[in-house]
Amino acid sequence: MTSALDESDKEKTRSVSVDLNNDASLLIDIPDALCERDKVKFTVHTKTTLSAFQKPEFSVPRQHEDFIWLHDTLVETEDYAGLIIPPAPPKPDFESPREKMHKLGEGEATMTKEEYNKMKQELEAEYLAVFKKTVQVHEIFLQRLSSHAILSKDRNFQIFLEYDQDLSVRRKNAKEMFGGFFKNMVKTADEVIISGIKEVDDFFEQEKTFLLDYYSKIKDSTAKAEKMTRSHKNVADDYIHISATLNTLSADDSTALKKHLDKLSDLFEKLRKVEGRVASDQELKLTELLRYYMRDIQAAKDLLYRRARALADYEHSNKALDKARLKSKDVPQAEEHQQQCLQKFDKLSESGKRELTSFKGRRVVAFRKNLIEMAELEIKHAKNNVTLLQGCIDLLKSN
Amino acid sequence: MADTARDPPPEQTDFQELEDGEDLFPEPAAAPESGPASLPAEDVSTNSNGPKQDSLFDDDPEDLFAEATEEVSLDSPERDVLLSDGPSPAITPITPPTSVITPRIGHAHDDMFTHSSFDEIEEEEGGDSFDIHIAVSDPEKVGDGMNAYMAYKVTTKTSLSVFKQGEFSVKRRFSDFLGLHSKLASKYLHVGYIVPPAPEKSIVGMTKVKVGKEDQSSNEFVEKRRSALERYLMRTVKHPVLLKDPDVLQFLESSELPRAVSTQALSSAGLLRMVNKAADAVNKMTIKMNESDAWFEEKQQQFENLDIQLRKLHASVESLVCHRKELSVNTALFAKSAAMLGNSEDHTALSRALSQLAEVEEKIDQLHQDQANADFYLFSELLGDYVRLITAVKGVFDHRMKTWQKWQDSQMLLQKKREAEAKLQFTNKPDKLQQAKDEIKELEGKVQQGERDFEQISKTIRKEVSRFEKERVKDFKSVIIKYLESLVQTQQQLIKYWEAFLPEAKAIS
Repeated sequence: MTSALDESDKEKTRSVSVDLNNDASLLIDIPDALCERDKVKFTVHTKTTLSAFQKPEFSVPRQHEDFIWLHDTLVETEDYAGLIIPPAPPKPDFESPREKMHKLGEGEATMTKEEYNKMKQELEAEYLAVFKKTVQVHEIFLQRLSSHAILSKDRNFQIFLEYDQDLSVRRKNAKEMFGGFFKNMVKTADEVIISGIKEVDDFFEQEKTFLLDYYSKIKDSTAKAEKMTRSHKNVADDYIHISATLNTLSADDSTALKKHLDKLSDLFEKLRKVEGRVASDQELKLTELLRYYMRDIQAAKDLLYRRARALADYEHSNKALDKARLKSKDVPQAEEHQQQCLQKFDKLSESGKRELTSFKGRRVVAFRKNLIEMAELEIKHAKNNVTLLQGCIDLLKSN
Repeated sequence: MADTARDPPPEQTDFQELEDGEDLFPEPAAAPESGPASLPAEDVSTNSNGPKQDSLFDDDPEDLFAEATEEVSLDSPERDVLLSDGPSPAITPITPPTSVITPRIGHAHDDMFTHSSFDEIEEEEGGDSFDIHIAVSDPEKVGDGMNAYMAYKVTTKTSLSVFKQGEFSVKRRFSDFLGLHSKLASKYLHVGYIVPPAPEKSIVGMTKVKVGKEDQSSNEFVEKRRSALERYLMRTVKHPVLLKDPDVLQFLESSELPRAVSTQALSSAGLLRMVNKAADAVNKMTIKMNESDAWFEEKQQQFENLDIQLRKLHASVESLVCHRKELSVNTALFAKSAAMLGNSEDHTALSRALSQLAEVEEKIDQLHQDQANADFYLFSELLGDYVRLITAVKGVFDHRMKTWQKWQDSQMLLQKKREAEAKLQFTNKPDKLQQAKDEIKELEGKVQQGERDFEQISKTIRKEVSRFEKERVKDFKSVIIKYLESLVQTQQQLIKYWEAFLPEAKAIS
């Protein structure tokens, strides 16, 4: 299935992050994507005025694994150690709608044809929603990079955007070269290392405490929000069944109830559409928001980790220098090593401070925007529901 | 299920929220308990033993055959009628022989229940506009341990002349309701009246209450039962014939009611009931009725379809109730999580907004809980009631078949006897011949009665079905409107909550 997302759609979907794609010198978007079995092929479209690129406008096909390669190479680049690397987009996950579709197939015999079709429609909409979400999340990743003063100039990033051949060969080489070493380290040991290091800087001390605690809380909130949204969807599905059975009852009925049942069936059909919208809006504005910033905070934690390692290295180099001075052996090398470590650490701290501050600002703005939008949508849907319900009540009473 | 720390809200407030203005727990005017019913000294119902035995209780599995002396068979009154010599043309729904119909009903009570009087009753209704309201309230646990039971207050408010007072209340327990139904069923079902079924027993639910578990699920069980008992009584009195039945009147008015012991699940009566039910099921399969009346065939098919669809709808609504309760629980969990997140947040304005979000979601989870209750008590229970009512309707159609069968059996027997008599004509046995002639005369009477019974039950069923359909339309319409109004209320509250939150979100800077 392909999906061409038009402008207004994109406006709505590009919601969880802010301040993206504002610079006309490098505009990136994913105008369409193809879903084959489980593999999604994204079309990455770039418009640029920068001379670093060969053409002013071009498109390339990319797979999810290409995005991961790009993310990993950025993480492994020493020069970027002091930056928050935008989190990698999660793998496209069609498991949930697929499972539901399977269950629906099994239960087909128990429902009327109409009911089955409606359920199928709902599931197809869910598929589409997952699809749109994955496109959005991959798009935002690229736009975060293009909006970043330093990362946008990365050579691998440019290759990713421009290279019109299959990237998979390059990907394999990269894996062999780096072996994912740094990445694995980060994933397993960061919290221990970060908490263990004695902090010299108040700012970072605060950030460390805050980020560690906030991460676990936001992770929990994301999971709970997801459960809440799923319950909403279940309620909407029940409305489908109720509407279908009311329809059958109405058809069979020969009393004055016939038209009442018919109206009621109609009402539930409309209500379930609204309920479905409530669920999907909540998912987008709340669950996705929380999930996105959970990953972002992990990226920030990674930055703290790298700085902590740099500090550890510096402290080791200090000790090594002292030892060297004691033994009066290899002192110049030890001195130079110590200088390097100090420079690296300072650079990380300076850039880290900048990154973390702007990160907080971005986060607050994004939360504000999404919470407002969610509240407004909830109000809109509830008002819609009231109109539908009141209309039906009036019709029933008037007969 | 719910792991919230909230105490279960008192039942009253839940209800007053849902059903605007309807006064479910009316304060009875300080009317003294109604004096002893003006019934003759004899016990009106045969289905209970004379002496009250307080040591017995509901659903007691140990009490297997304590009531061995009880007389029980539902068939016996019927048989009395058919075997009686007198040519009573009409079917009299029998209150068992030892009772006396009270004179206060105001009609010539001999033909009280003939079909012509049914018309009179309807006329009287026209004049005396249907004004009766029954409330079941104040569930109170009486006694301790496995002997305990729930007593409910039954309050009647009415202006109907058939009652002695305008407002009065009595205390009843669950088995009393079952006893009432059992009596009504034995009197009226076999002549075609649709007797509303009583609420179902629940050994598990009741045991929890007895054992003293004061938790949310046993509170819910009691509330569910209370509501079901109320609907049961209202449906029963809405039936013009049942309303005037002396057992019903005694149930509502009399301060003391003899224990209905035959309703115990494992008593000898209960076992006999089960055997009868099984026999009925077998009979139903073997009776092949020549339906000469298309109306009945059509109606039976309609009720069959209605049964299937209502059960399906009931299942869907039960699923809705379940999911909405889940939604409530998940919203509460999210609210707590959001509150923790707000505390952890170091940006002041955002922190406040997140705490506000947590508060809103907590209020919303209560909304969902209330809506789930409305889903259940209004929509789901309505459907459940009608599923059971349809079973009663189908039962009445089955009785008609049985009546037809009896008639046919009598006819066939008559035929045989006639043939036998013809043969006897050629033998020289005057005694046997006379006997045969007598038997034939008796059977002819029986056949005539059988035909009349069949016509009567057919006529009654037509009326009953028409009344039932009218009631169904009214019932559904009024409950659905109430239910939709509950949905509207929920949505309006949602609007309020989110509108209050919006400025908080905007205040983030």
